[in-house]
Amino acid sequence: MNHLLSIEELDRAGIERIVAQAQRFAEVSDREIKKVPALRGRMVLNLFYEASTRTRSSFELAAKRLSADVVNFAASGSSVEKGESLKDTVLTLSAHKPDAIVLRTPWAGAAELVSKWCPAAIVNAGDGKHEHPTQALLDVYTLEQRRGGIDGASIWIVGDVAHSRVARSNIIAFQRMGARVTVAGPPTLIPRGIEALGCEVRFTLDDLPKADVVYALRMQHERMSESFLPSLREYAAWYQINGRRLGSRQVLMHPGPVNRGVELSGEVVDSPQAVITAQVEAGVVVRMAVLYELLAGVREPRPDPAHPDRSGSPDHPETDHPENVKQLA
Amino acid sequence: MAADPLVQGPGVPANLLLREAHVIDPRAGIDARHDVRVRAGEVAELGSPGTLDPGQGEEAIDANGRTLLPAFFDPHVHLRTPGQEHKEDLETGTRAAAAGGFGGAIAMPNTDPVLDSAPLLRSLRDAAAREARIPVGFLPAITRGLNGKELTEMAELREQGALGFTDDGRPVASAGMLRKALQYQRLCGGTIALHEEDASLSKGGAMHEGTVSAALGLGGIPSVSESTMVARDAALAGYEDARVHFQHLSCVASVQAVAQAKAQGWKVSAEVTPHHLLLTEEAVRGMDTRMKMNPPLATEDDRKALVEGLRDGTIDCVATDHAPHARDEKEVPFEQAPMGTTGLETAFAALFTGLVLPGVLDLELLVERMTAGDALFDLPTHTIATGKPANLTLIDLDAEWTAGEHGWESRSENCCFAGRRLRGRVLLTVAAGAVVYRERAFSVVAA
Repeated sequence: MNHLLSIEELDRAGIERIVAQAQRFAEVSDREIKKVPALRGRMVLNLFYEASTRTRSSFELAAKRLSADVVNFAASGSSVEKGESLKDTVLTLSAHKPDAIVLRTPWAGAAELVSKWCPAAIVNAGDGKHEHPTQALLDVYTLEQRRGGIDGASIWIVGDVAHSRVARSNIIAFQRMGARVTVAGPPTLIPRGIEALGCEVRFTLDDLPKADVVYALRMQHERMSESFLPSLREYAAWYQINGRRLGSRQVLMHPGPVNRGVELSGEVVDSPQAVITAQVEAGVVVRMAVLYELLAGVREPRPDPAHPDRSGSPDHPETDHPENVKQLA
Repeated sequence: MAADPLVQGPGVPANLLLREAHVIDPRAGIDARHDVRVRAGEVAELGSPGTLDPGQGEEAIDANGRTLLPAFFDPHVHLRTPGQEHKEDLETGTRAAAAGGFGGAIAMPNTDPVLDSAPLLRSLRDAAAREARIPVGFLPAITRGLNGKELTEMAELREQGALGFTDDGRPVASAGMLRKALQYQRLCGGTIALHEEDASLSKGGAMHEGTVSAALGLGGIPSVSESTMVARDAALAGYEDARVHFQHLSCVASVQAVAQAKAQGWKVSAEVTPHHLLLTEEAVRGMDTRMKMNPPLATEDDRKALVEGLRDGTIDCVATDHAPHARDEKEVPFEQAPMGTTGLETAFAALFTGLVLPGVLDLELLVERMTAGDALFDLPTHTIATGKPANLTLIDLDAEWTAGEHGWESRSENCCFAGRRLRGRVLLTVAAGAVVYRERAFSVVAA
């Protein structure tokens, strides 16, 4: 794996490999000294064009636990505000020779573009409404921990699917892991053609009791000003996951941050069915696994896609076997 | 109309003898091998193959095995002058047209400033008279600054050589506003060309709304944003007995709306681009910004309906909507990129390769549709006939090439067909009597 640009490019074995690696790292997080030297001397650059607290800090924490150096570059207050293009910014930052760039942008496909411009490993931390692959991986990991797998499970993704990169990545990832996925929400927030991804579409929660896992999406208030919804009150009446709708054996997930009283009622957030804080915890170990898979053991410089003849060999050596981490640790 | 509507730069009237060319001109009913003599820029003689000898000062060209067609006409190009010369200008744009076998083109007014006044039209025509490689006509705006609110001085613009009017790039959103333009057409004439799009439906969209946009998380532009406007404006044209031309149709429902309007006897015409005839939303999956255009590439059903519409005459002509953009403008994430693809240099070869070779369309029909745009704006149609100005393109239908392999004549390179293997290479173009393009490797046999 050279980059993590979308969940699309990972098959079931690839997802399982990362999840298994994350499980090994989970042990590190429980130690008094929460650090392994696996990526000592490597540099991870967080390049964020959108506000993000949890994803950015989760990546930062993951990199630091692997002993990598971390540089955070937020688009606000930087040259980006002076009108520098994405390409120029990336080329400029590339001059610092980061080994990996964790990129979040409001534009679909930006991570893939950047991977063509610089030699660093690119991790897509959200590109517009397209994908958020590490979220999908941490959600699979969380369900693995909670339920011991999702083969054959029925997973409902509820809410604003149209504007959700989390929904898109999870529809793909959950199905690859053997689950059946249903998306449900108001018709104005379900994109036309989404069923082509293999999921079922519902506009009511009548059949929600059949779900094994309920994945609520964040409702953004600005959707109302664009008249996607008559009111948040009406949305809550029809689509809020609350004590009445959530069954005792169902698992409740949410990518955060939660709007209490909108997509979730307060009682279910605090219920034993909710694994929302487990998802946050999973975020760090899964991102450790992703950075480890991308960076560990690559000793030669990567080929520079912009100048393929200039550096590195096209077939650089295999990543260290994941088992080696135990020795490193 | 006072001024000659087409202008071109200075050119030397050609003296040529094209020997043993396969001449195809559907309108003249020619499909046979001929020697064709061009003298002082006019078609002087069509003789049996091998019967004509070069006269004094005539360049003899061995056209054996090559096909001679009337030069194409493109009623929809963006030459970006004035104000966006970093994308294209009159010289580079018409050079690209000549390289594609075009002998005439009509430029759109969405420049900076917008072509919406007679002084601007005059200065642009003056510039074209210096720089344009092939004859160029202009469609000034329907509304000032494309604002959709006030009519331009249409009558004065017509006196200064306006071929017609368009707000291309934008729809005339208000039906009442368009109706006034259609009424005013009774005074000044000039076909009114319409870019059809209901912005309240297309807003926020970067590609066709459907399964691909859903998978990519890109905002979708539904086909009804075009087709409802086509239906509305066809009805307005019928009501006002006005003449309108629908630009770059992209979907089934628009073709149906035009067919219904024609069945009513309304004076409507329509064009379609090579990219809408050959590509679908699937081409957008890689989020290549060269595949981002407006209207967007739609479904396979839409594509087939457009091909069928072109075949049965519902759609009158092919237009490229040649829309150059600078490299750094297109080298951005898909949603940020401007809409448009270049098309002049690949139009014929792409359509010949994609539709004629597989047997979907006849070559004669393609040639007819690529030379039909001029008549829609009251211009004479290119034809290969004795005594007529020479508007010719000589093509090697067997030559295979990769689009863009030798670079582009256009200043921009945002071509949706770049990198494709194409059959059919333009070797020579004669426009309004002058040789305006010669393929580099195509040598003179005898002088």
